[in-house]
Amino acid sequence: MSTPLSLATLRTRLAALDAPPGGGVVRRVPLGLAAADRRLGGGLKVPALHEVHAASAVQAPAAAGFALGLALRASDRTLVWITEGRGAHEAGGLYGPGLHEWGLAPQDLLLVRAPDAAAVLAAGEEALKSGAAGTVVMSAWGEARAFTLTATRRLALAAAEGGAAALLVRAAAVPAPGAAETRWSVRAAPSAELEARAPGRPAFAATLTRSRAGVPPEEWIMEWDRDARVFVEPQASGGLVSLPAQRPAGARNGPDRRSRAA
Amino acid sequence: MVLVEKVKGALRLAGADPCALALGLTPGMTLADARARLPEVHAVPYDPAADAALTARVLEDFGRFSPMAALDPPHGLVLDVTGCAHLFGGEDGLLRAVRTRAGRLGLQMRAGLARTPQTARALARFGPGGIAAPGQDRVTARRLPVEALEAGPAGTQALRRAGLTSVGAVDDRPRPALAARFGADFPTRLDRLLGLEDVRITPVRPPAPIVVDRVLAEPVTDGAAVQAVTDDLLVEAMARLEARLQGGRAFRLGVFRVDGEVRRIAVGTARPSRDARAVSRLFRERLAALSRPLDPGFGLDHFRMEVVEVQDLAPVQPAFDAAPNADLAQAEALDALIDRLGARLGPGAVLRVRPVASHLPERACRLDPACRGGSGDDWPARDPGEPPLRPLHLFDRPQPIEAIALAPDGPPARFRWRRVTHQVTRAEGPERIEGEWWRRPGRPARDYYRVEDADGRRFWLFRAGRFGEEPAPRWYVHGLFP
Repeated sequence: MSTPLSLATLRTRLAALDAPPGGGVVRRVPLGLAAADRRLGGGLKVPALHEVHAASAVQAPAAAGFALGLALRASDRTLVWITEGRGAHEAGGLYGPGLHEWGLAPQDLLLVRAPDAAAVLAAGEEALKSGAAGTVVMSAWGEARAFTLTATRRLALAAAEGGAAALLVRAAAVPAPGAAETRWSVRAAPSAELEARAPGRPAFAATLTRSRAGVPPEEWIMEWDRDARVFVEPQASGGLVSLPAQRPAGARNGPDRRSRAA
Repeated sequence: MVLVEKVKGALRLAGADPCALALGLTPGMTLADARARLPEVHAVPYDPAADAALTARVLEDFGRFSPMAALDPPHGLVLDVTGCAHLFGGEDGLLRAVRTRAGRLGLQMRAGLARTPQTARALARFGPGGIAAPGQDRVTARRLPVEALEAGPAGTQALRRAGLTSVGAVDDRPRPALAARFGADFPTRLDRLLGLEDVRITPVRPPAPIVVDRVLAEPVTDGAAVQAVTDDLLVEAMARLEARLQGGRAFRLGVFRVDGEVRRIAVGTARPSRDARAVSRLFRERLAALSRPLDPGFGLDHFRMEVVEVQDLAPVQPAFDAAPNADLAQAEALDALIDRLGARLGPGAVLRVRPVASHLPERACRLDPACRGGSGDDWPARDPGEPPLRPLHLFDRPQPIEAIALAPDGPPARFRWRRVTHQVTRAEGPERIEGEWWRRPGRPARDYYRVEDADGRRFWLFRAGRFGEEPAPRWYVHGLFP
């Protein structure tokens, strides 16, 4: 057998191994941020498991917002969000009007409250397999023994079976080896200032820390545009560099100040 | 052995066991008299609560004979066995089964079976017990003593003084005279006792539209067997639902233990269902998630499946060739998921977010159990081009912070929350939200600010109260923006 032919055979075999067992189609969901999408080979792989970590415990809201953005990118079918009871004490509970303001139609949301991490994983697996959900977000707080390699592998398989995107959002936890396709570390970034020093569109510093496809780690600053439901480049005015609060009063009227269309 | 109770300062006998009764100790006697007659009598304090608990437990257990069961005080039960007797080999067999069961539970019992509950009660309490032959209710009741009329001590004495010693003698008197002497309801009571007037009992648990029972010859103890019996019952219940063109919304499994303990386990579905496998899965989830696991004890010998809530459900013809309706399949899959998660985590854990017309942020949305369904909510329109104006996470209770503002009614320049100081670099506000005076008057207005600190973290803060007023304004963090 000649070498090119065996290479081709190998490739086919590899592709067959890569295909989801459910026989579904693998899609690439672009984030909207050109630089990131180029690196990711067109976007996030769906169905697959993606992990979103808060860069530190206090960045849990940023991780949740980023994950919700990814969820809205991945599918416009029902979103199942499974939360662990403990997170509500630290960062508050998910708030309906806030979800709506983020760009989600709350009718499309099914909120599930699980007592502990193991229940979060079990409910997540159930929801992924059901085929009823477009995206399943599982958020958990703190370290838990339940998040093993086996558990994440099960989630990945369930996602493939149900053709859904699985997002595991964790705060106050050290990333452990898992079966996630990508792993992100997210923190809030200073937003582009609006008129009268108002905070602008939510901005994130999202770092791709691990990728099964071998994409090298890289950090992107991105904003969430809730009207188009897409991640975008930060506004030209920057806002990437946090401005000191006690800068001279004149600087506030500098040329970099972006004003809102009246 | 006797039970004693304090009545008007004296210890009196509330009950006595057969042995004590045979020796002449009767309820109502003082303990001192009883001791004088029988020094070695063993006295135990009477506990009415324990008595009631035992009766209730026996009632649950006797639900195995008929779903229509009720308490019949004092210390009695009444069962409506219409259409149940043939399951036990006729009325004789039923009575024998009841006796055996009571004996096994360690109870002394008297039983009467008649066409109406009152006749049966009188037969058991004041007569020889047993079965009143069909059509012979009046004849049987007439033989009972006048005590069976339960006219109270004075009434009974008056009847006896008048020379009326049996119910039959009373029956022979003209009714108006009886009503004049013993009260207007006396003739009614008499008619009921004689079986001339029929009053249905009010069962403790209204019978479900569909009830399927399975009595096992040999008690089972392991979970697999329980599941197998449940599946079996469900198949039969579903067949009966199908015959009625109905589907079940709520199912209840009753598990009767050999020693009289009864557990009931319920599951619900979002839409009427005739799918035995789907409901069986729900029961499996529920049984696995019980906070107090099913304890088989010495074995479970009787299972009952009740379809508590039914709804019309047209039969469906599965299509061979038509393309499956993707939307419908999706909706059904979602409902099935809601049921399964609800069975495992409790229906209150699977929620949908609904809007509420209120300006108060904590009241602006509510979480409804998803199994209730419903849709078509109106959320306020989003303002295009604006960043999100409401936080993604909201604290149930606003958390107090220490804040320093440059102007009394301006946004904070710096605030301290959870022992960390945040420098505010951007702020927008105030958005004034007044309290709902019709709900809780006197609450101060809140001025909300969206602020961002030097690290880019965004908060939703508010100041309660106005500057210069008493009490002084206080600052809180109410939510977190991503």
